[in-house]
Formats: sequence, C-alpha cells, structure tokens
Amino acid sequence: MAEFKEISPNAPLGAKVTNWFENRFPTAFAEYRKHMSEYYAPKNFNFWYFFGSLAMLVLVIQIVTGIFLVMHYKPDAGPVGGILGAPPIAFASVEYIMRDVPGGWFIRYMHSTGASAFFIVVYLHMFRGLLYGSYRKPRELVWIFGCAIFLALMAEAFMGYLLPWGQMSYWGAQVIVNLFSAIPFIGPDLALLIRGDYVVGDATLNRFFSFHVIAVPLVLIGLIVAHLLALHDVGSNNPDGIEIKKGPKGNRWSPDAPADGIPFHPYYSVHDIMGVGVFLMVFFAVVFFAPEMGGYFLEYNNFVPADPLVTPLHIAPVWYFTPFYSMLRATNGVMVNVLCAIIALGVVLAFLKCRCSMALKVGLAVAGVVAIALLKTFDAKFWGVVVMGGAVIILFFLPWLDRSPARSIRYRPDWHKWLYAVFVVWFLILMVLGIMVPGPIFATPSLAWLTNELVAMIGTLFYFGFFLLMPWWSQQGEPKPVPDRVTFKPH
Amino acid sequence: MSDAPSSNFTPAPLDGTKRTWLIASSCVGAAGAVALATPFVSSFAPSEKAKAAGAAVEVDISSVKPGEKVTVEWRGKPVWIMRRTPEQLASLKKTDAEVADPNSERTAFPTPEYAKNETRSIKPELLVVIGICTHLGCSPGDKFATGAQPSLPDNWQGGFLCACHGSTFDLAGRVFKNKPAPDNLEVPPHMYLSDSKLLIGEDKKA
Repeated sequence: MAEFKEISPNAPLGAKVTNWFENRFPTAFAEYRKHMSEYYAPKNFNFWYFFGSLAMLVLVIQIVTGIFLVMHYKPDAGPVGGILGAPPIAFASVEYIMRDVPGGWFIRYMHSTGASAFFIVVYLHMFRGLLYGSYRKPRELVWIFGCAIFLALMAEAFMGYLLPWGQMSYWGAQVIVNLFSAIPFIGPDLALLIRGDYVVGDATLNRFFSFHVIAVPLVLIGLIVAHLLALHDVGSNNPDGIEIKKGPKGNRWSPDAPADGIPFHPYYSVHDIMGVGVFLMVFFAVVFFAPEMGGYFLEYNNFVPADPLVTPLHIAPVWYFTPFYSMLRATNGVMVNVLCAIIALGVVLAFLKCRCSMALKVGLAVAGVVAIALLKTFDAKFWGVVVMGGAVIILFFLPWLDRSPARSIRYRPDWHKWLYAVFVVWFLILMVLGIMVPGPIFATPSLAWLTNELVAMIGTLFYFGFFLLMPWWSQQGEPKPVPDRVTFKPH
Repeated sequence: MSDAPSSNFTPAPLDGTKRTWLIASSCVGAAGAVALATPFVSSFAPSEKAKAAGAAVEVDISSVKPGEKVTVEWRGKPVWIMRRTPEQLASLKKTDAEVADPNSERTAFPTPEYAKNETRSIKPELLVVIGICTHLGCSPGDKFATGAQPSLPDNWQGGFLCACHGSTFDLAGRVFKNKPAPDNLEVPPHMYLSDSKLLIGEDKKA
C-alpha cells in the first residue's frame, strides 16, 4: 500500500484536497495514471483510431437515452385498454413517446440512430484491426473480447428491435428465434425456451425487454472493461504494426516509457475530441433531418403494429445484420451441393499436392466423407444457420489464421490491399443483397438467371474463402521492409 | 503489496484432509448452484397459461368462394382455409415433379393420415394448412395469378411465396425443390362438423 503522504500546510487548497483523497483512495489515482496519464500509446495513430473512443461515446448515448426511454415504454403485447383490435400497448407506448412525451421524439431518435451508429463505428473499428493486424500476438485476447462484444452487441440490437412491437420487430424476431429451431434434436425445444410461448408473444416481448435493458448491457460493459484492461496490459498496436515497447526507451514524461509512446491523456483524449466533434455533427444531422434514413435505420414496416397473421411482403433485418442474413438465404440445396464439391475437391488436391504422410491424407479423406455425409443428412436450413453463425465465429480465429510475416497492411505485398478491398466490396454487396428481395436481381428476362441467391452464394464462398485460406495466402508474396521506429511526421 | 518475505519464511505444509473437505464441499456447493439454476431456467418455458391457450377453433366456411382464401387464428398462428378451383386442383398434377416432397412423406411436420393424398386435404377442394413457412416461420403471401412475375418462375401455376427467404409452395402447400424451406406447410388437426362448419385443432382420432 502507498505511504501516507503529509503535505505542507501552506500548500494550495486544491493540492490539499487531492492529497486528502489520495491518502484515502490511492487505487483511484493509481488507476487513473495507469489507464490515462501514464498509458503510453504510439504517437502515430491516424483517423482509424477514433472509432474505439467513438464506440464508447455511442455506448454512453445508448445507456443514457435508454434509461429515459424505459421511463415511458411499456413491454406489453396486449391491446390498449383490453379492447380487441386496439393497437398493442408496447407499440402505442412508443408512439406516446414520439408524440406526447416532451422531448420524447428526440430521445428515441437518438437511441434508434445510436443503434445504427454503434454498428457503423464498430465495423470501422474492426476493419482497422484487420488492416493493421491489431489482433496478432500478443493482442489475441483483446481481439477475442472485441469479437465477443460484437456478438453481445448483435444480441442487444436484435432484442431491442422487438420492443417497438411493429411488423418488422415481430417477424424479425420470429425468423431469428426460429433459426435456433433448425438445430438438430434440441432445436425446437430451444426455440420454445427462447420464446416462452409457441409463437412470439407477450412472454417473448417481456424477456427480450429484460435482456435488452439489464442482462446484455451488463455483459457488454463487463466485456468492454476486459477489452480495455487487456489492451492496456499489452499496449496499443499502431498503423505501422511495430511494437513500441520493443523500441528505445525514454520520452519526455518517463525514462522507462517507450520513446514512441505519448500519454493517452492529454494527447489522445484531446485528439479524440476532434473525432467526437465530427461524429456528433453527422450523428445529429441524422437525428434531426433523417432519423429514418430512408427506411434503413427505422424500417417503414415497423410503423405498422405487429400482426401475427400477416407477414409483410418484404421483410429484411436492419442494414447491419444483412450481410449475415444474405449468407443465410444463400445456403440452399444448391449451396450444400457446392460445398460438398469443394470438400471433395479439397480431398483430391490433398492427395495430389500435399507433401504429408499417407495417414494424414487418409484421415483428411475420412473427414471429408463424414463432412459430406453430414451436409447431406441435415437440412440446408440448418446449414444456413451454421453458415450465418460461422461467419461471425470465424472472426474469433483471425489471430491464428493470419500467418503474414508483416503485421500491418503497410508492409504487406501490394496485392494484399486489393484482396482486402475485394473483401470489403463483397461484404457491402452481401449487405445490399440482404436488403433486397430474393429472386432475379434485374427485371430483364435475359438476366433472370442472375438471382440474389446466386450472387450471395458467391459472396458467401468468398467471405469464407478469405478467412479459411488466409493461412495460405497471407504467406504469399514478398513483404516490404519494416522500419525500426514508427513513421511519424510532427505537425 | 505486503512487505517482502523475510529469509526464514517457510510455506506451511499442505493439509491433505483440509483440501479434501474443501473440494468435497465445493462440489456439494456446485450441485446446489445447479439445482438453484433449475427454477430460473424452467421459468423460460411456456407458462401454464400459454400452454392452456390452445383450444380448437370453429370456422364457418360456407362463405368461402372458389379461389378464395380466409385466415383464422389458432394457437396464435394463421390457419389458411382455401377453396381451390378445378383449374387450381389440376395444377397440382403439373407441380408434382417440381416439389420436394410430393407425397408428404417427411416427418418433421407429420401430415395427418387423412390429408396424405394428392390434394393434402380431406375434401379435395378445401385446403387447410398453417400459413407459417417451415423455414423460419414467416407467413407466405398469396401468389394465385399464374405465369411469369417477379421472384417466381415463368411456369408458375399459382401458390404461395414466402418473401423472407424466397421459398415457394404450390396450391397444396407443397414446397418446391431447392428452396430454403425443407417441409411442406403443416396441416393442422382438423375435422368437418358439417358441410359448412370446420373445427381446427381437433380431429376424429382425439
């Protein structure tokens, strides 16, 4: 424990107060130094590094606006006043917030825009990690906690979307809960446990409300704490992918600190204020002028109360789920056959090309046959769920898939940049396809073969190929020489 | 945090008995924690009230004209009752080869014996199915007009299209091949009380 420090009676009042607290609560001061004023972050951060702190800002916006929304929202699927045919209470309470609660529309639009903003910021934050190899040793756990945060965020967003009890809320929940029923053997019972009824109903609404406002936020905050603690233990990566801790020591603040590090506070805390300023301009422009964002942030069908008897003719999840949703839609009988063919081809290639033992080759062949048998045994529906879940789960393994000698994209072969660009384009294409109706993309009869599912299938194969073949392609090509110190131009 | 250990520090010898009891009581505690979790997990299951809300529904079908479909709610799900025209019944012959399970032999949503026929119904013209797609539970839309149209094949004979993931069903609720939905639309237990009265939720076996 720290020594009890006496301070001169002539010291200024501020110093005396600080000393009084520091003697009684030294942990707070030590933690402040460890995580703020003496956390040395690389000095060459660029704009990509705004998105982590912006994610924290959006979290605060969501929690604060959420607290105020709960004061007026009612999670009840029953009709208003118990009158048959009246709008559901939950739906009506959201309309009440929008129309009758003073400032209610503003708080709600901040919350709904915040949901989309959260995903924009988090997707960019994750892509930054991908670009600069921020997930690589020793930052695997930072990345894994981050992926877990992404999963928790998806759960949070999905359950929150049920609460307004509109048509999209209802049928979106119906579809996603039914995903679980596709799991062999335990699926139907599991879906029943999630819904708490044979159909999505009042029980579902109430438990999703509970999860959305209590359980998942607690998990989310716990994971964010772990994400930050682990980050501060191993230190931040930077656009050059160089370990500043391995470089020379000593800077203006400490002889032991990395020479290329600067204290997070005040350097990056002030730096981030600029990012916050730009972000808030865009954020409030959306809140005030385009809160529905043309139906992408708030879908038009969700302004219709939930009707268990009629599915809207076109339902799609909110934009941030659509890349994964179109992978689900693409996994039909044809896709299963394509996957079988790919596995068979892989086994044949292993026999012809792999310089490994015969036992391993036979093992691979057996595994391939088992995989094909499983693919054909269970419904394509189940594999659709596996593909959709796998698309997120595969991110967890990124630290072990990437075998490139260079950590940052800056020092990788140039064609890696193109590959990443193609990956981003495919991700965006899948996003757009997931918003569109299934079937032919163009009305022209000669292009009728070009269906949404076909393109999505190619995109899905590219997405998985990108990750699963990464151990191979990331080692190809000649990396550029990595400098000893970070690239930094004083300004 | 404490002072550095002095040089004559010796760790206390491990007490095997204490450790054994510690492990044993931890195991008992863990069993208790699992037991405690049971009521919490079971609270996720449908309540007694939800289980009870499954009564059969009686429907008057005399006003359903040929080619028309009505929807009634049974157990919170939409049940479709459709009176098919002779042309629509004839179309089922054409779709036989294109549907995944023409004879309703799959068992995920077992078709009652009395509906295991060409038209999947008790009375040939009257189709009674649960209007919930067997893929992920959307309610498919009516696509009774024949011929080419968006999201549908050019030789469309009339049927249902699930807008969520593009599954298509013919006018007997049979799913077409290579669609996300694996099963035909479920036929609920039902029986005719008279020519114009249909009871959904119970059949003669029960």
